Amino acid sequence: MSDVRIITANSAAALAAKLCRVQVVSAYPITPQTPVTEELAELVESGELKAEYLTVESEHSAMASVVAASQVGARVFTASSANGLLYMHEMLHWAAGSRTPVVMACVNRGVGAPWTILNDQQDSISQRDTGWIQLYCKNSQEVIDSIIQAYKIAEQVNIPVMVCYDGFILSHTTTPVEIPSQQLVDSYLPPRPPVIGISEYTHMNVNPLILSDPRPDVDGKMAPGYMDIRYRLQQDLLSCLDVIKLADRDFHELFGRTCGGVCWGYKMTDAAHAIVSFGSLASECTLAADLLRQRGLRVGVLGVRSYRPFPKDDLVKALEAVETVTIFEKDVSYGYEGALAMDLKSALYESANHPRFSSYVAGLGGRDVLPETLADEAYRAITGEVKHAWINIKN
Amino acid sequence: MSLTYEIIWHGRGGQGAVTAAKIFTEAAYLQGFKGVSAKPTYFSERRGAPVSVHARISVDPIRTFSNVSTADLAVVLDDNLLQMVNVTSSLKAGGLLVINSSRTPDQLGLNGSFSVAVSDAFRSSEQAGLIVEGNVLISTSILGPIVAASDLVDIENVKKAIEHKFRGKALERNLMALELAFRETRISNHSILAKTASA
Repeated sequence: MSDVRIITANSAAALAAKLCRVQVVSAYPITPQTPVTEELAELVESGELKAEYLTVESEHSAMASVVAASQVGARVFTASSANGLLYMHEMLHWAAGSRTPVVMACVNRGVGAPWTILNDQQDSISQRDTGWIQLYCKNSQEVIDSIIQAYKIAEQVNIPVMVCYDGFILSHTTTPVEIPSQQLVDSYLPPRPPVIGISEYTHMNVNPLILSDPRPDVDGKMAPGYMDIRYRLQQDLLSCLDVIKLADRDFHELFGRTCGGVCWGYKMTDAAHAIVSFGSLASECTLAADLLRQRGLRVGVLGVRSYRPFPKDDLVKALEAVETVTIFEKDVSYGYEGALAMDLKSALYESANHPRFSSYVAGLGGRDVLPETLADEAYRAITGEVKHAWINIKN
Repeated sequence: MSLTYEIIWHGRGGQGAVTAAKIFTEAAYLQGFKGVSAKPTYFSERRGAPVSVHARISVDPIRTFSNVSTADLAVVLDDNLLQMVNVTSSLKAGGLLVINSSRTPDQLGLNGSFSVAVSDAFRSSEQAGLIVEGNVLISTSILGPIVAASDLVDIENVKKAIEHKFRGKALERNLMALELAFRETRISNHSILAKTASA
């Protein structure tokens, strides 16, 4: 019998970490991530989770300590949001550059100033170029499933994974979540493979002095330069799209659920018009697509799950027959457009099909987004001449 | 979308609106509604300040997490909020308004194309001994009038959801408070919300 609980995404994230038998947890509380840290602290305190819980003085230290623990072979977990995540920024680069399989939950929240505790995705999007894998969840079930998959992915490629889900909208909303059994999780996710050594030749680049060009090391062997090590990270990130797909496929075989691999479609088979989005906003868009189909437009939704690495080929293929693409996203590259819009447009440049393209920025700082509004705006984009706009601007 | 019931809960910080909404959505899930959600609104939440929870119960899994703009059911945990929040303007025609109040539906002077169910949840909880550090907790007693005036969720499933949350003496008191508030419910302009989950 399946174990379905009516819980928040934050509870789902804490349970996922427990099911993955994490060994070291270090986190600094910040709204809306706080309940994740509280629930994990309780699990460690009660002995249900046999892990070391490090209380630290900042997010920077939280990331530094899980990177250190990961480097000596521990399975580690942390979580943050917004300004806390930004405070980790330096160590995020370090986690990826030193090839540690850290998994963290990013509970998406808008970034101050002005202060907001409410949701958008500016925080994780602004960490796009740190070398992390970023997975976006459309509901709380995907939060628990994606964190379990994240360890499978991270420990295979030695690249950290950020599992992103919307603050309050998912983090504090109770919905039914099916909890996988410990036995099944154990068979899906064996203990982390032992670390075999620390040097420039392995993935773990702890802190060797690296010069720009290859040079002989103390043993007289040629050691790679900075750029060569960074090139490996880039190559491994690009090729790990297949690892992400496989992790989801294996998960589906064992648990009967899929998160869609690197991207998912809703009513895309016969779609002439695609709405593209990620996170819970993409779920909201599926209702907009239903509304637009009632108006006689063949609309589908393409949800991006893996934002980094960016599944360019999969997205281009999914959009090869559509006439229009409309993007909704909760982030913006100030001075230009939304991040997803820019990336997808650049991907479509190499495509034979060049659909008419519109992009919207929505729901910054917790501004509510209704499916009806998304449908109306997508209708304008499909039938009219919208290029780029912000929706629900009030004054 | 027609098989989705949208619910707004209005309470004051610390009063138990969030807990009540969570228990009710769990009861709805036990009833057979596959999609249930309860989203508290945050930001200015603190003891005594108006808070709300936007909830849905649906025969299909929930795909929207946006705010409820027009509710089938509005629940008010403090009748003083009726002066501060325009509860009835966001209620659908034919909807149900549930209020914790010592007054009768007529005394509250609410008129519109909706039913009103009133129960003194505060007194029910007080009688059941649900008092913690001087605060009377009404997160379970407020479910009494909802069950009495609608046909969405059976009282047995509400009790089961409460049993998942409380143990021992606390459980006994919560179940008693629910029962008392259920029996005390006064309903005007009664039109039952149809139950469809198990149909």
